Amino acid sequence: MNAITNTGTQPERAPETSSAMPGAEVLIRALTEQGVEVVFGYPGGAVLPIYDALFRQDRIRHILVRHEQAAVHAAEAYARSTGRVGVVLVTSGPGATNAVTGLLDALMDSVPLVCLCGQVPVALIGNDAFQEADTTGITRPATKYNYLVKHPDELARTVHEAFEIARSGRPGPVLVDLPKNITVGDAPYLPPARNGRRSYQPQTEPDPAVIREAVAAMKGAKRPLFYVGGGVINAGAEACAELTDFIRRTGYPCVQTLMGLGAFPGTDPQSLGMLGMHGTYEANLATHDCDVLIALGSRFDDRVTGRVDKFSPHSFKIHVDIDPAQINKIIRVDMPVIGDAGRVISAMVREWDAQPGEPDAAALDAWMARIEVWRALDCLRFTQDPAPDAVIKPQQAIRRIYELARETGRETYVSTEVGQHQMWAAQFFRFDHPQRWLTSGGLGTMGYGLPAAMGAQIAHPEALVIDVAGEASTLMNIQELGTIAQYRLPVKVFIINNHYMGMVRQWQELLHGSRYSESYSDALPDFVKLAESFHAKGMQVTRLADLDGVIREALAHPGAVVVDICVAEGENCFPMIPSGAPHNEMILGPEQEQRSKGIGEEGRMLV
Amino acid sequence: MGASVTGERYIQGDIETFQRAVISALVDNESGVLARVVGLFSGRGYNIESLTVAPVTEDGSQSRINIVTCGTVAIIEQICAQLDRLVPVCHVVNLTATGPHIAREMALVKVVSTGEPRTEALRIAEAFRARAVDTTARSFVFELTGSADKLDSFIDLMRPLGLVEISRTGAAALVRGPQTI
Repeated sequence: MNAITNTGTQPERAPETSSAMPGAEVLIRALTEQGVEVVFGYPGGAVLPIYDALFRQDRIRHILVRHEQAAVHAAEAYARSTGRVGVVLVTSGPGATNAVTGLLDALMDSVPLVCLCGQVPVALIGNDAFQEADTTGITRPATKYNYLVKHPDELARTVHEAFEIARSGRPGPVLVDLPKNITVGDAPYLPPARNGRRSYQPQTEPDPAVIREAVAAMKGAKRPLFYVGGGVINAGAEACAELTDFIRRTGYPCVQTLMGLGAFPGTDPQSLGMLGMHGTYEANLATHDCDVLIALGSRFDDRVTGRVDKFSPHSFKIHVDIDPAQINKIIRVDMPVIGDAGRVISAMVREWDAQPGEPDAAALDAWMARIEVWRALDCLRFTQDPAPDAVIKPQQAIRRIYELARETGRETYVSTEVGQHQMWAAQFFRFDHPQRWLTSGGLGTMGYGLPAAMGAQIAHPEALVIDVAGEASTLMNIQELGTIAQYRLPVKVFIINNHYMGMVRQWQELLHGSRYSESYSDALPDFVKLAESFHAKGMQVTRLADLDGVIREALAHPGAVVVDICVAEGENCFPMIPSGAPHNEMILGPEQEQRSKGIGEEGRMLV
Repeated sequence: MGASVTGERYIQGDIETFQRAVISALVDNESGVLARVVGLFSGRGYNIESLTVAPVTEDGSQSRINIVTCGTVAIIEQICAQLDRLVPVCHVVNLTATGPHIAREMALVKVVSTGEPRTEALRIAEAFRARAVDTTARSFVFELTGSADKLDSFIDLMRPLGLVEISRTGAAALVRGPQTI
């Protein structure tokens, strides 16, 4: 153990008493020193001193949202599209509880966030004071770590440490609860400590011996497969570029998780697309049949593995993760590699060059030929009636949004809500760059997309930002059209409107005898008027012939647009792995839906 | 300081074997740390059979938490990994997997009786090397330290002899020999 080398025995830094100032100003100074430029928040009683300090400075920009949950999602998208730490500021009680969904979303998807939260004065804690909540208690399982600052001396150190913990290791949300007496009263300012706390020392550098063995296994593979997840994107754009070079050099195929889309270029012939429940046929069959599986920054989520005892049954599994708790959590692996994905990739590249021997080219050719047969099945195909008056298929709408957005040649960021449209977007959008795809993967939070688009547009004012939405999901945070109007954010919202909570409807059809219990989107608003009332452009399209024109017009519009795309109501998202089935038993389309009738009790529970 | 024990993190062999494990964790002695540990167990569906916690460093900055739990080898391995990733947790060791260790619990047992049962209780207490730490004409409070099994047997023997109340701790545990965790 190296614990002894890092004991905090060096003399306490003398507090800079000369710089004692109100806690709120200490907070602002710490945020500035952490490089914070934008804070997403909503004021309230307990954070008034912080808002006052924000008012009297001009280095940090505050974005006023319309609901605290949206502040967190916006900060998530800001973080994921820039690689920086997102910052949220909310008040005590309801402000904090409204943020909880966003915090858990960030925890599940490993997004670096710092949530600053007001609290009643220390003297009132525990008294059921007005707008008091046990925020650290409530958010303990929803954050990577949280703090309650009880003494002014702890304030600056805590804020600095919160940023360090949020961004390092496996990133995640960190909450700092700030009682009002701490932000009002004087506190000393202290710069960031040089040593992290000794209990928190994530291992980023992989063990060279393990890398040697892993690369030897990779070189010896006959049917290799890279399985790339969000951890590689978290490792940064450079890590993704290095991985892309490496995969191209090996000639090995690559599948991506929902969170990993963009880590390797989606248009590259070696990319087989997304794997898992709604992944492509070629990705899932390759996962099932490969002999060496190289998992990079992915955690064998249940949407990826399907039936665990039949997951990739013949493969030697190498699992690279910065979080040791992910190793053997769901799938027993043969070779765990603990470390930062970027450093592991670098080490693998060096080792690949250093080790003698080349992969079996004939075996690789045969493997790629098998994959091409699977790919030739064209599993994402669908039938769109070409008549001008035909009802638009949702797949057609999403594919055309992708193709026409690509035609613009602009830097494009895409967020989604949760459900069928999200899966279709994941299937049809091919991302050639990391950090462009913003979706709620682990938690599956409906209402994520609109605030996420907002956060991405704030971070990238010149870029094209698209929210691929569903009519049900987007209503969960539709109030953010107000924020979008206030800051003149030119986001393009495409509502794939099938009048159903589509994924719920799909499962009810497949598993519950088409009894569509409460999944119909009744009494929908007029989305055009709704958009107009929020000072955005509203558009609607119902005929196939008008689809391309409307999408083009929306993309070209200089301001915010909401497009209501009325699509066929009964479409299901294919291909799919029925619950409880292995990867090689996919349902490719409606003609095979009968197979899902065979889903047993156990499968139904896994939905 | 002796050589340290890190244990084998990734256990080979039959992962479905069900076992009892004593896990020791060194944690920063801060507000909420116990809630984090306990919340991890309840949130992820692990068992806690017993738990002890107390500061163990000279400056009081670190506490040692000893947890007796049970599960398959794979689950115990996950418990250790999940504990270790908590920010204020410095070090986690599964003492059961690292080799010989000593685990001791303590119990205070109140027995209210007179006559023959009272004499019998005292005789058994002597056999178990329990100390009578409180004595009245009608009652004893015995203090007993030992393995969980020893405490269980003592308590079972006391039941028919007027046992009225028990207060028991979880395990305090160390590895045998010069090593430390």
